[in-house]
Amino acid sequence: MKDIAIVAFSQSDCLAQAGAANEVELIMPQLHAVFQQVGLNNAQDVDFVCSGSCDYMQGAAFAFVAGVDALGAVPPIKESHVEMDAAWALYESILKIRMGHADSALIYGFGRASSGELPTVLSQQLDPYYLAPLWVDTISLAALQARMMLDQELLTERDMAEVVARCRRSAMNNPHARLSGEVSIESLLAEPGLVSPLRKSDCAPVADGAAAMIICTVEQAHEWSVPYALLSGIDHRIETHNLGMRDLTNSVSTRLAAQTAGVALGPVEVAELYAPFSHQEIILSRALDLKNDTKINPSGGVMAGNLMMASGLSRIGEVFKRIVAGEITRGVAHATSGPCLQHNLVAVLESA
Amino acid sequence: MAKLAAVVGIGQTRYKTRRGDVSIAGLVREAAVNALADAGLGWDDIEAVVIGKAPDMFEGVVMPEIYLTDALGCNGKPMLRVHTAGSVGGSTALVAASHVQSGMFKRVLTVTFEKQSESNAMWALSTPQPFSVHLNAGAGGYFAPIIREYMRRSNAPYDVGIKVAVKDRLHGARNPLAHLQLPDITMQEVEDSMMLWDPIRFLEACPSSDGACAMVIAAEELVSESPKAPAWIRGVAMRSEPTMYAGREEVSPQAGRDCAADVYRQAGITDPRRDLDCAEVYVPFSWYEPMWLENLGFAEPGEGWKLTMSGATSLDEGGDIPWNCSGGVLCSNPIGASGMIRFAEAARQVRGDAGAHQVEGAKLALGHAYGGGAQFFAMWVVGADKP
Repeated sequence: MKDIAIVAFSQSDCLAQAGAANEVELIMPQLHAVFQQVGLNNAQDVDFVCSGSCDYMQGAAFAFVAGVDALGAVPPIKESHVEMDAAWALYESILKIRMGHADSALIYGFGRASSGELPTVLSQQLDPYYLAPLWVDTISLAALQARMMLDQELLTERDMAEVVARCRRSAMNNPHARLSGEVSIESLLAEPGLVSPLRKSDCAPVADGAAAMIICTVEQAHEWSVPYALLSGIDHRIETHNLGMRDLTNSVSTRLAAQTAGVALGPVEVAELYAPFSHQEIILSRALDLKNDTKINPSGGVMAGNLMMASGLSRIGEVFKRIVAGEITRGVAHATSGPCLQHNLVAVLESA
Repeated sequence: MAKLAAVVGIGQTRYKTRRGDVSIAGLVREAAVNALADAGLGWDDIEAVVIGKAPDMFEGVVMPEIYLTDALGCNGKPMLRVHTAGSVGGSTALVAASHVQSGMFKRVLTVTFEKQSESNAMWALSTPQPFSVHLNAGAGGYFAPIIREYMRRSNAPYDVGIKVAVKDRLHGARNPLAHLQLPDITMQEVEDSMMLWDPIRFLEACPSSDGACAMVIAAEELVSESPKAPAWIRGVAMRSEPTMYAGREEVSPQAGRDCAADVYRQAGITDPRRDLDCAEVYVPFSWYEPMWLENLGFAEPGEGWKLTMSGATSLDEGGDIPWNCSGGVLCSNPIGASGMIRFAEAARQVRGDAGAHQVEGAKLALGHAYGGGAQFFAMWVVGADKP
């Protein structure tokens, strides 16, 4: 199968509120940034375009259609869209390249979660007959999961605070972060509860913004004469929606995806994990069987800012950036979707 | 080079105004179970599931693949959700096919659905947006002026749309799954029906339907494991263009012409009217048949209506290039599934498995879907013969 090279990535600042910026205004700066990294003019210079977004973020049917205006799709282009995090748009693009219908692809994700109350909006992801009418929000479901971890002594509240403190510290080097800085574990633990056992600091700050990436065949990367990282493995798996039928303290789907993606076939120097809640980073690092020498979320992860519908793609982009900068030679990125880590994608990136 | 892939199983639900007897999960599962039975396979034979539907606001369930995981036997498997506006049914089939054509999967299930009775599509499309003109129009209001422009340019007689409305309903009367069953429909009846969006009359518009459509797509080496004849995928293409831009050709969009040229090139088609045996084309409003006949190269610009009026696209009149033998979108319109139904019905024809609406000896068929402001296109060509 054809090797896939990642050649460009850019993400916006994580904004608490993007104000009046529309889809095109969110997307355009990121597209220009990735075009510039490769030396392309516009979407006409790639063979395929795929995006990820969610209509309910903007509160409009077909919100992604406006995004096409950012592409310069005249003459018409080969273009598709997933109602998922853009990490899955990347997955669709890989299929397109591997079937020989494209040598390069532009991928982008965007969201303006500030238009609504995200935890409540996402409660409408749940089973519409039995769960959605209860309006159980995402924070409450994550709290349920954290409580199970605590009750089974799989972690402590101090472990969770340590995740937050480390991510905030790492985010000091991330110019796009919404939250960063030195914060003591004691001060985090002294915070009042939000939804017990979660404190506000355990929840990733939701952000408006966008991210974009360009991938291609290795031959195309050489032709463009740009540095690249190899995407040596990628897989995604989903689990049952019935929370009562799932062991919430373990992520079986992450384990399955990691196996197919080949996480264990080499050292994992860096892991960028899409963990919207502190305890979920611990569940994920265990599911990925990460060792002590793996640097987890050196960008600050989504604790620095959770760009809805783009955070998964951004995790992959963060690992890519470290590989082409020569900081590391191999890393793992992860994306998630659904309540309590129901759906997980794992990608392995290596230096060329 | 894309790996060979074929449709080995097709499953549909009965299309109705309201399927109150099933939940959303029950609806998609019904189509999926039918497709698996048609393919002679079980859930364990499926490696991945690709699901598609039109906007989530049509049912009010955000990213419903999350909730539908269990109904589609997807636990522990990859699941992908496609959304490309009205073309989504076609796009979803193409994304599912790419799972196999890339060599990454051997057998996948793809399902699309809409349960329009759960809400009101027109209002779901009319949510007010900041800094945008507010429209309470729905799709008919959007397309009516474009149809008017086609009528002006082509000098087509006023009753071309009426003829299409009758022809597709007579086709639909042969298809027991079709939502509208109007075996006795007449030109007069269509003409007398209420004008909704001039020039589109009530009976020239598609219905609102509940329903789901599913297919199993397999790699070449697994095709023989399913008992029925396969439909080999001979070409796949998608194209997009913006909703509006200066000089945009809205009557015959370039994205549609480019998409058709691409899929024909792959399938070795030089004259679509001669080379294809039939086509399932997304015609939600009657006049879109002559418009797409031209856009897809079955007729010269301005001449599409003559094909329609001559009966060339009618199974009942023995036409040489029957369009929408299943009754098309004018008979059944579960929006998110409508594109996939076109793709699946094209496959049924070349499998020789289309029942009373079978085109005798069909070997090569086109499946077509479009969406947005006629700006997103998805097409495939399927054949009885292995390429």
